[in-house]
Amino acid sequence: MGLNRRVFLGTMSAAAAALSAPRVLGQARPRVVVIGGGCGGATLSRYLAKDSAGAIDVTLIEAQRSYNTCFFGNLYIGGFWRIEDTAFGYAKLATDYGVNVVHEFAVGVDRDAKVVTTGSGATFGYDRLVVAPGIDFKEGSVPGWDLSAQDAMPHAYKGGTQVQLLKAQIAAMPQGGVFAMVAPPNPYRCPPGPYERVCMVAHLLKQSNPTAKILIADPKESFSKQGLFEEAWERHYPGMITRIGPDMGGKAVEVRPDTMEIVIDGEAQEVDVCNVIPAMRAGNIAAIAGLTNEAGWVPVDPATMATRADGAVFALGDSTQQGDMPKSGFSANSQAKVAANVIRGQLTGSRIFPAKYSNTCWSLLAPEDGVKVGASYEPTPEKIASVESFVSQKGEDADLRRRTYEESLGWYAGITADMFG
Amino acid sequence: MRLGLAAAAVFAATAATAADRLGDVEKGAAIFAQQCRSCHEIGEGARNRVGPQLNGIFDRKAGTAAGATYSRNMVRMGSDGLHWTLATLDAYLANPRALVSGTRMSFRGLQDPADRADVIAFLREYSAMPQNIPESAPTARKTPPGIDPAVLDIKGDAEYGEYLAQECTTCHQRDGSDRGIPSITGWPEEDFVIAMHSYKVDLRPHPVMQMMAKRLSDEEIAALAAYFGTLD
Repeated sequence: MGLNRRVFLGTMSAAAAALSAPRVLGQARPRVVVIGGGCGGATLSRYLAKDSAGAIDVTLIEAQRSYNTCFFGNLYIGGFWRIEDTAFGYAKLATDYGVNVVHEFAVGVDRDAKVVTTGSGATFGYDRLVVAPGIDFKEGSVPGWDLSAQDAMPHAYKGGTQVQLLKAQIAAMPQGGVFAMVAPPNPYRCPPGPYERVCMVAHLLKQSNPTAKILIADPKESFSKQGLFEEAWERHYPGMITRIGPDMGGKAVEVRPDTMEIVIDGEAQEVDVCNVIPAMRAGNIAAIAGLTNEAGWVPVDPATMATRADGAVFALGDSTQQGDMPKSGFSANSQAKVAANVIRGQLTGSRIFPAKYSNTCWSLLAPEDGVKVGASYEPTPEKIASVESFVSQKGEDADLRRRTYEESLGWYAGITADMFG
Repeated sequence: MRLGLAAAAVFAATAATAADRLGDVEKGAAIFAQQCRSCHEIGEGARNRVGPQLNGIFDRKAGTAAGATYSRNMVRMGSDGLHWTLATLDAYLANPRALVSGTRMSFRGLQDPADRADVIAFLREYSAMPQNIPESAPTARKTPPGIDPAVLDIKGDAEYGEYLAQECTTCHQRDGSDRGIPSITGWPEEDFVIAMHSYKVDLRPHPVMQMMAKRLSDEEIAALAAYFGTLD
């Protein structure tokens, strides 16, 4: 705590602001603790610290010193980006905004005492807690796979080393080898993600290993932007990709990491790379804090992002069950701004405005062939409901597709600046 | 006040004149000679000058005349789907920057709807003649947006605008860079209001911006403008 306090006071502007900040409610500076420094947690920390101008003490607990975005990890796999291009640090949140950044794991939450405990045993009291831990995997959802198998069969569904491992394995495939993907059941992080990944793997193989095959075992009847992806597979990678849906056995899949086998509908097949993306649930700390429902997600109030379980605890992003918004970085960023506005209002008396949410997801199909899907949302008493939506169309001209790809690069620069300052 | 008047000019024009009547070709030729010809050529043998040649402008995709020099935003708007029609030409001639932020066309705009109708009628002489080709784009008149000019004089709530503006920076870069997505920093308030209403009525192309604009009330657009007005 002493060190963290010093780090905070070392930031001139924030410290000066803190001294002059109005204390509308209560005696000491109200404290907000944020668990998880991804799209939801980093965005919320930045906006809360910036807009309260020091009136709120914001602590961000995030184990990793360097964060790799999950989005655009597929572009790294496809050879379009370097892994460093997806990496961000938290220095600006600390120095420019006065966020107290703590690089530790949150291991306990005592909601009665309003205290978070980290791996070192340090404790952090809070007036409001924000839980934004992303996802973890459901044990046993793919028979034969657990976290101990993630080296042999990577999930590559959290940014960084797992994605690097998967790319290395693809590079090591023998000529004419097989890349298999076990796609996840709904709901899961980044609905178009597995299928964009297939495009990027196919793009890579088309150049280095053109006789290789891609096999997708999929438990879902349909998936995001399906028509666009299937059109692209036919057009850019003809004959390379086979998807086995639930009626053909895609639902009953087992893997054997020791022998690199995938068993579909009782039939074992040896593969060279196996990307297992299991069923998902909210990040562990959400369950530890007692915030999750039977499905493993955190139900939230659609108007505020406060958890249904506890009005002093908010949740953001992939870990939440909120209604119609997809689990995406854009969604988490959008939800963070709503929650930051509500929390600031509750703690300092600033105005609370109506919730507005939106999302857009870009996917890259092949070089300069980008597509997007998006929607706007508003809260109803039951859920965050979709209001209006759009999706790229099949057969769009190359100029528009290139423009959409360039737009996705602009968005990446925009949202990462919005998160990390 | 200035803001409200400029906005009203665009939409009153779009709503009534362009859709209701075509102008006078002779008068349009005179205005063109006075105000446009120093940069644009039109007719037989027309070449690109400071601005593109204007033969066949109707139904042309914006920013695509062969060999002409365009702003990056104009090319982007074309890629996003902006085509020159009665409605889009009328809005562009009324206030070029309001339709295409960052356009190279340095022109203050024709305030009088009748003048614009005359120029457009003149330009049509050098495009496919719609009276002979009934299905061609210039005859496919757009439903007038019908925006009440009064709502454009609404005084915005800047604090609410600051909150709403948070949604912009998920995509638009805070440092003003326009890589991939146009910059929204440091542009005139009146252009902003008209631009958002242009997205709202689909005059400006782009599905994300059309969606974002349609969910904003007139008060909310005014709030955003008021907030942007407080920035340096």
